[in-house]
Amino acid sequence: MTVRVESFLLESARRFPGKTALVAGPARLSYQELAARAASFAAELRRQGVARSDRVVIFLHNSPEAVIAVFGTLLAGGVFSVVNPGTKADKLAYILNHCTAKALVTEPRLAEVASSARESAPAVATTLVTPFNFEQAPAPAQPGIDLDLAMIVYTSGSTGFPKGVTMTHANIAAAATSITTYLDSRAEDIVLSVLPLAFDYGLYQALMCAKVGATLVLEKSFTYPAVVLEKLKSERVTGFPLVPTLAAMLLQMKQLAPGMFPDLRYLTNTAAALPRAHIERLRELFPQAKLYSMYGLTECKRCTYLPPEQLALRPESVGIAIPGTEAYVVDELGQRVAPGTVGELVIRGAHVMQGYWADEEATARVLRPGPYPWEKVLHTGDLFRSDDQGYLYFVGRKDDIIKTRGEKVSPKEIENVLYELPGIREAAVIGVPDPILGEAVKAIVAADDGVTERDIIRHCAARLEDFMVPSSVEFRGQLPKSENGKIARKELVAA
Amino acid sequence: MKHDISLAVRRFIGENFMFRDDGDAITHDASLLDAGIIDSTGVLELVCFLESSFGIEVHDEEMLPENLDSIRAISAYVSRKLESRKIELVA
Repeated sequence: MTVRVESFLLESARRFPGKTALVAGPARLSYQELAARAASFAAELRRQGVARSDRVVIFLHNSPEAVIAVFGTLLAGGVFSVVNPGTKADKLAYILNHCTAKALVTEPRLAEVASSARESAPAVATTLVTPFNFEQAPAPAQPGIDLDLAMIVYTSGSTGFPKGVTMTHANIAAAATSITTYLDSRAEDIVLSVLPLAFDYGLYQALMCAKVGATLVLEKSFTYPAVVLEKLKSERVTGFPLVPTLAAMLLQMKQLAPGMFPDLRYLTNTAAALPRAHIERLRELFPQAKLYSMYGLTECKRCTYLPPEQLALRPESVGIAIPGTEAYVVDELGQRVAPGTVGELVIRGAHVMQGYWADEEATARVLRPGPYPWEKVLHTGDLFRSDDQGYLYFVGRKDDIIKTRGEKVSPKEIENVLYELPGIREAAVIGVPDPILGEAVKAIVAADDGVTERDIIRHCAARLEDFMVPSSVEFRGQLPKSENGKIARKELVAA
Repeated sequence: MKHDISLAVRRFIGENFMFRDDGDAITHDASLLDAGIIDSTGVLELVCFLESSFGIEVHDEEMLPENLDSIRAISAYVSRKLESRKIELVA
């Protein structure tokens, strides 16, 4: 039997029609309502000429409409891509053109950016703006099979241009099945997510809740932690996904006391490791909740998880391969290495992406021949080692990607923007350790007199998403170079 | 006094969060969150600014949109805090 992702929603609407599927701000939607609104969205897409396998870019803040658009696109047989609402017009236009999107879904608040992007994206035939007032209509019958592409997730590329990770319905179903298995997810779960749906960790909260018939409490952000904590209590939340930045902000709240959230069954963390002190504090505050340390990358959604009972024994480990998949460390020649030896982490499984959209070269670098002639395995670019029991430990990145606030940031993308500012002669961007952000983005520049830190930050803020804007700038007469004249980033990082 | 507070807040927001233009562009009642001016780290910076500039202590449970999400709300909140401190001192 094939499983398409929209069937997660349809099946739950059949089993639990009246159950709350989604809570977002004042809105509460039952499974039946969510499915009906997604079907109407699908019918509208078809009416507007969106056909099977056409790309639909969803440029929305976390909202009921964003979830409706995700499932609605799949019900129409289309491919969705959720783009971070902080994205500026140039980058949005790049994405729209890169995947030749047929439709753009947005909201009044973002309309200015959206229409400016659309001016240079001629393939976009239609823009749908919230609130949706579509005629109630059934979804098209038989939108496709599970080998069809379901989504493209744009992620920072080391070249400075975002790369589109392509996932079929079968890829998503495999990842969602594996993750809900180890989390022991169930229909009684109530998951609160403050993560943007553009981030696959956030998106999967919606997909996995639909899969098991659970309730998703979707928040726009973690800007006001006190509001989120109140929601945790009033909605009797059982699952709370975190990244280290959120955990750090949470732990700063002075009114937290052990046992305040008796319904909480589990916490998850990914994107970067939690500091040991934060792990201990979380365990004190949420004594009955299981804490899952996890690790993954968009290219396969999730690689590993640490079974919670192992946390006290190996707090630094990101664990073992998720169920039904394999994760192992190899040397430069692709041979598996002994425990303790550092090498590149390789992932095998049905959750591995199909490749980067329209980028065969980049795809060939990360998807390499596997044990079978027809199989490709994922080379993560992350350096790992394992211990004697096979538990894995993250050592570092092979490239320069910075991880800040749980997001991957390409220094190159920021450097490209810095060089657009008149007076900047040389620029390099590095990550510096930061207790809240994981890494903070720092720009090091050689600039003409008169260029100030504020000029640089102002320039970046107008062109980049918030999390990419440097939080500090260092001025130097010149930057260190390697023998062939390239800026020696390693020296800057070491300094 | 209230006028001075809102002026200082407006200047801080303009200089720190609105790199594209100055603080004049934002209306008194506009939601800083909805306008995309402030995010979660921005709120923490704002709280630090209020604490250090006005000598008040912002409690976790007071970090709410009602108190912090517009220039008018911030000014009113800070005035209330200063007022209550005065009463404490007198008592």
